[in-house]
Amino acid sequence: MIWNPTKECMSREQMRLLQGERLRKLVDRVYHNVPFYRHKMQERGLIPGDIATIDDIVKLPFTTKQDLRDNYPHGLFAVPMSEIVRIHASSGTTGKPTVVGYTRHDLTVWAEAIARCLMAFGTTREDIFTVAYGYGLFTGGLGLHYGVEHLGATVIPMSTGNTAKHIQLMHDCESTALACTPSYALYLAEQIAKSGIPREELRLRVCILGGEPWTENMRTEIESSLHVDAYNIYGLSEIMGPGVSYECECKSGSHIVEDHFYPEIISPDTLEPLPYGEQGELVFTTLTKEGIPLLRYRTKDLCSLIAEPCACGRTSVRMSRVMGRSDDMLIIRGVNVFPSQVESVVLELPEFEPHYRLVVDRVNNLDTLQVQVEVREAFYSDEVSQMMALKKRISDRLHSVLGIAADIKLMEPHSIERSEGKSQRVDDRRVLK
Amino acid sequence: MTIKQLSVFLENKTGRINEVTRILAQHGVNLYAFSLAETADFGILRMIVSDVEVARKVLREANFAVRLTDVLCLNCANTPGALAEILDLLAREQVFIEYMYAFSEGETASVVIRPTDIEKGIATLNRADCPFVNFSTLRQQQK
Repeated sequence: MIWNPTKECMSREQMRLLQGERLRKLVDRVYHNVPFYRHKMQERGLIPGDIATIDDIVKLPFTTKQDLRDNYPHGLFAVPMSEIVRIHASSGTTGKPTVVGYTRHDLTVWAEAIARCLMAFGTTREDIFTVAYGYGLFTGGLGLHYGVEHLGATVIPMSTGNTAKHIQLMHDCESTALACTPSYALYLAEQIAKSGIPREELRLRVCILGGEPWTENMRTEIESSLHVDAYNIYGLSEIMGPGVSYECECKSGSHIVEDHFYPEIISPDTLEPLPYGEQGELVFTTLTKEGIPLLRYRTKDLCSLIAEPCACGRTSVRMSRVMGRSDDMLIIRGVNVFPSQVESVVLELPEFEPHYRLVVDRVNNLDTLQVQVEVREAFYSDEVSQMMALKKRISDRLHSVLGIAADIKLMEPHSIERSEGKSQRVDDRRVLK
Repeated sequence: MTIKQLSVFLENKTGRINEVTRILAQHGVNLYAFSLAETADFGILRMIVSDVEVARKVLREANFAVRLTDVLCLNCANTPGALAEILDLLAREQVFIEYMYAFSEGETASVVIRPTDIEKGIATLNRADCPFVNFSTLRQQQK
């Protein structure tokens, strides 16, 4: 079933007209309300009238995460704070998070986008969803939550942690759908097997997975171990949150919510647009966003776009699986982590040398992060309690900046490799099969 | 009154302690006493050595994190109750002990104590006339 056939099955020609019209209005809005964009357009000698159709989008400047940081926290908002009804935040590249704001209309669009996803996954208002994304600043939890309510289904706001209680509630409340990260779905499958609850007592039939890259092999494993249909949902907080694109029953690429988010693929090196089918960096323009509209936001996700019509009847452009990143961002337990965030913490704490190493691994389907640091010579102590206090100090600070707990390993002096320029500071041992 | 203790930070990996003892051996440094404090992921090796300055220099050159700390070293009789007597004195005066270790040889035992408040520790033990050990007596004892 299709939630919004008018938009999801619109002819390509009509869609381009709608996108062009929305782009014109968007450019007008940001030119007059966001000094950052006005300056960028003036630098290029552009006025809003230069943008007539969707094809003119290539004239517009790009936006990066660094721009969001430079304008922290609200500099790119296009409406007064009195119009903003919700704030979310994601990892910034350093100590400061990336803050996004939503107007009431933005939240309506978000719920609508997620309702489209949920119906494409074959769920209806009869379903009972367990949302096991983190609730809070992360867009996953609340995003899915209001989408499920908009669909008219039931939502169990489980959030993360406490897997035993999670399994019990899924069982007792007869939950039929589960939204979480793919690695958590694998972990949950193991825990359900250990719990002794016979699979036939669970009503679970659909998994809605996103927040981190995954593979067809993981889908096969999740589907067979949990006896579910598993679907990809894609999104990022800068653009909206989950629901920017979604798979349908064909499970062959994710349909982009194109009437709200205009996709392009560019070469991360030349920044030139690439034709559909070629792999490059995914770029989005938020056609209808009011709170924090972004022109040509560089997601740094590498994938390709598929223009061919889909057998499901939807006409929207699809994106392939994300094949990697054009920057050094890591996704750990569904949370975005930049090595530069760790660097900013190490640099701000005088007790530690400005060198670090990250070891990322996946143990029993759960991501682990170890941060190796060296204590400065003057701060070494002969007392265990002092050394543990140092460890706790950096551990607390990292937790607060990264949003996830890291295992801190204090290293002997000079044991972390000193490298010039861009160094191999990350050892990612996870293999996505 | 105090004696210099050398401590070395060690990652928990096989072979690190013998690395330290081998380097000290190569430079003719003798170990009078040592103890190892271990946690889940690192250890702190604390030593009383025959030549603190040489030991510090050669270990630092080998990239070890080395620290010198003042500790108290006392002799007591190698008999039941001798240590209890010393610890009673400190406890009565509310002197908190961070860590301690001991070694015995023949009729005497030596105990290394790191009180949180070293001055108070010295004063307390002085009042009771406890025999502190310095490096020259340690060297004598070792011969």
